[in-house]
Amino acid sequence: MRKFIEKLVEGGLLISGSISSLAILLIIVFLFKEAGGLFNSPVVEEGYVLALNKDNPVKHLSPEKIMDVFDAEITNWKELGGKDEDILVFRFSDLTNYYPEEELGDEFQYVPDKISELVNKEPGIIAFFPQQYLAKDFQGTVISGDKITPADFFAGTEWYPTSTPAPIFGLIPLLLGTLLVSIGAIIIALPFGLAVAIYLAEIANIKTRSFLKPVIELLAGIPSVVYGFFGLVVIVPLIQKILDLPVGETAFAGSVVLAIMALPTIITVAEDAMRTTPRAMKEASLALGATQWQTIYKVIIPYSISGITSAVVLGIGRAIGETMAVLMVTGNAAIIPTSFFEPVRTIPATIAAELGEAPAGGAHYEALFLLGAVLFIITLVLSITVEYISSKRKIK
Amino acid sequence: MIKIDAQNVDFYYGDFHALKHISMQIEAHTSVAFIGPSGCGKSTFLRLFNRMNDLIPDTHLTGNVFIDGRNIYDKSEKVDQLRKNVGMVFQKPNPFPKTIYENVAYGLRVNGINDESYIEETVVKTIKQVALWDEVKDKLRESAFALSGGQQQRLCIARALAISPSILLMDEPTSALDPISTGKIEDLIHELKEQYTIVIVTHNMQQAARVSDKTGYFYLGELIEYGDTRKIFTNPEKESTQNYITGRFG
Amino acid sequence: MTPIQHLGNIDRKKRLSQKTAFGSFTFLSYSVVAILFVILGFIIIKGASVISWDFLTTAPEEGMTAGGIYPAIAGTLYLVLGSSLISFPIGIMSGIYMNEYATNGKIVRFIRIMTNNLSGVPSVVFGLFGMALFVNTLGWGDSIIAGSFTLALMSLPLIIRTTEEALKSIDDSFRHGSLALGATKLQTIRRVVLPMAFPNIITGLILSIGRVSGETAPILFTVAAYFLPHLPKSIFDQCMALPYHLYVISTSGTDIEASRGMAYGTALVLIAIVLVVNLLANALRNYFAKKVKMN
Repeated sequence: MRKFIEKLVEGGLLISGSISSLAILLIIVFLFKEAGGLFNSPVVEEGYVLALNKDNPVKHLSPEKIMDVFDAEITNWKELGGKDEDILVFRFSDLTNYYPEEELGDEFQYVPDKISELVNKEPGIIAFFPQQYLAKDFQGTVISGDKITPADFFAGTEWYPTSTPAPIFGLIPLLLGTLLVSIGAIIIALPFGLAVAIYLAEIANIKTRSFLKPVIELLAGIPSVVYGFFGLVVIVPLIQKILDLPVGETAFAGSVVLAIMALPTIITVAEDAMRTTPRAMKEASLALGATQWQTIYKVIIPYSISGITSAVVLGIGRAIGETMAVLMVTGNAAIIPTSFFEPVRTIPATIAAELGEAPAGGAHYEALFLLGAVLFIITLVLSITVEYISSKRKIK
Repeated sequence: MIKIDAQNVDFYYGDFHALKHISMQIEAHTSVAFIGPSGCGKSTFLRLFNRMNDLIPDTHLTGNVFIDGRNIYDKSEKVDQLRKNVGMVFQKPNPFPKTIYENVAYGLRVNGINDESYIEETVVKTIKQVALWDEVKDKLRESAFALSGGQQQRLCIARALAISPSILLMDEPTSALDPISTGKIEDLIHELKEQYTIVIVTHNMQQAARVSDKTGYFYLGELIEYGDTRKIFTNPEKESTQNYITGRFG
Repeated sequence: MTPIQHLGNIDRKKRLSQKTAFGSFTFLSYSVVAILFVILGFIIIKGASVISWDFLTTAPEEGMTAGGIYPAIAGTLYLVLGSSLISFPIGIMSGIYMNEYATNGKIVRFIRIMTNNLSGVPSVVFGLFGMALFVNTLGWGDSIIAGSFTLALMSLPLIIRTTEEALKSIDDSFRHGSLALGATKLQTIRRVVLPMAFPNIITGLILSIGRVSGETAPILFTVAAYFLPHLPKSIFDQCMALPYHLYVISTSGTDIEASRGMAYGTALVLIAIVLVVNLLANALRNYFAKKVKMN
């Protein structure tokens, strides 16, 4: 009996032991399951049809081109590789401009035929209307059967997830926004982080250390939403005022807040790395007449460089994945950033801001999961990099 | 000529009284061995001469230590200047994770020498001085970690000699080495004492007898006996010394 | 060999460079301290005037520009409790397995890499995952149970790692001593190893509570309610939570300017939780450290 219980507990321990591997596996499965659906989604909003005149040589349009057409940025088919013909944009609501209401029937039963007729008649038309009004013998080119392609997402330079008729999910502006804010954060945090790490590892006495360590722990413990709030009410107005900007919500504000948040990670990991320098190594240097500072930068830092690198990589990882604080201070404009002092939007902030409005199972929802998958892969690569760096250190 | 003069030295680790009113005079160009059982204070005493104990928090010292007539614990004394003059070799070989060449050049560089031809000349000279040249002359730019333990220790001696100290402290320099490497280092010590004042802590009494002119015997933080090595090993005054060197305890 | 006399003046240079370097490190270190105190001080001063008994015990009113934050406090409490019930046992058991049972170095290494990876996963990804698995696939909907599971998963790496480290710090001689007396492995762990590791494990648990109570992104799509004047009735209900509440009233409330006061108060409550948690963890650590010393 006792043996049986013992076996049972051991089984439980074994299962618990595999929990993190299981969790990673589940995250991958669910993230990619939902995300993969995006490339099965039609280019055009579901339930709608986008059609062209059958003689129009243009047979496919990318989501970005569709948006340009409907925004009247592109007005001639020549620009899309077609004939020299003006584009006639037809939205379903325009129908009554072409046909008086009585011709459409009491229950709109003649609408499909009328649309069909119109598309055949107008060589330059691009028509957008609900699926239910697609005539059985429709002769135009239906281009809404196209699927969103990986290139549309990974190379897309615009993010308009709710634009009609074709939402645009382009990763590039969000990815660049994320990288800009994170790298800015690391550049700001690095001098502080390394200085504190060196101070704690080599300069501070026990008393100062026992004061500073809890301070850094506390800094790590403050919730990101509080950092975001502080950023919003203090740092953002300050930046706006000092730099005389039209808005304070900028990539720079995000970097400042993230820098503070990444500090504890950088400090702790770098300090631990410096502490692994053997005492014999330090003593050898000091015994040769080197000052403490010379010993630090000529012996301790080179010796612990892989650990310091890990600290930086982990800090970047923390910054890239941070959501709430960034969401609250960067202004969230989904455009390719051209300056540090403009609003930007990051991947995590996009997910947090838009998932609530995206209907489950729709293309927008799937696109947000794909963003999550991209984020997951970036942080996974960073984690593995750290793992690789520290395993190399052990061999040495 | 008196090189090192310790007067009434007491040393504490926190509350622990590690050295008890020790006075000792060491003459220039001699070699002195410190012997005694583990924890007797001999290493602590050695590390006072280049103020290495400063690195340990919560320690303090009373009494005076003079080197070349200067009180090295005086407030105005600069510890890095002192250490340039008092070289040290440690128990375990501790080369830096740098090349063989850069290990020897390190002391010169941290002391502000930028003249590359002077550095190279000195590196070659000191590596030859420790009889390591033939073994490493083709791999000066390789990592010092690739050397054997004995070679590493001779490299560490070369590193200490490169900045031309007048005193060389050796803290059990051969305890981590095999007998052949030990023999080479002992030969080296013999040669070096012509030019340097050498203080060596050792657990190995034959070694003390072989390499030193004078020997100090430490026990429980006290200097029990200090005198000519030959006299200590043949006719010690104190019974405690007699017991130790004949191996009755220790 | 000729002594290097001409080194004399370099000493001053290198000492000066040390002084400059150390001076700037000290300055930078204390500016980090200053940053913390500015943040804490700002929120405490601005928030203190808002905090009152009513603020802590009544629901928000008038479009969350007045009233209190009681439902959010209660919600956060539920979530902390719920996620702890899940993550503590699993995390501790996982730590025990890693340090005491797993003998194959490759498996341990693999699990450790996975745990590290899990701790690197951004919180918003946990939110996405929780939504996909707990809310949609398992059909729990936005609920306390879905939020608790998501938060529990997120706090696992911290608990596993602190447990593992606490166990690792216990010398093998204690285990051998117990085993030599005929105790089984499990008895040894339960009666010798765990009691000794307990203080460090509990510190890890307390810190994980602090983390869980402040997280927003994982609960955004799994449980958090924008506004809910009453308390949830079951674990399948939504609830409010402090961090989400702070986010809402500082960025998208009905009247952001009017709810600033409420926001300062909420931020102060969150900060207070973090302060208490950290102080508690530190106090426990010191208390047990002293006790061990005395023994």
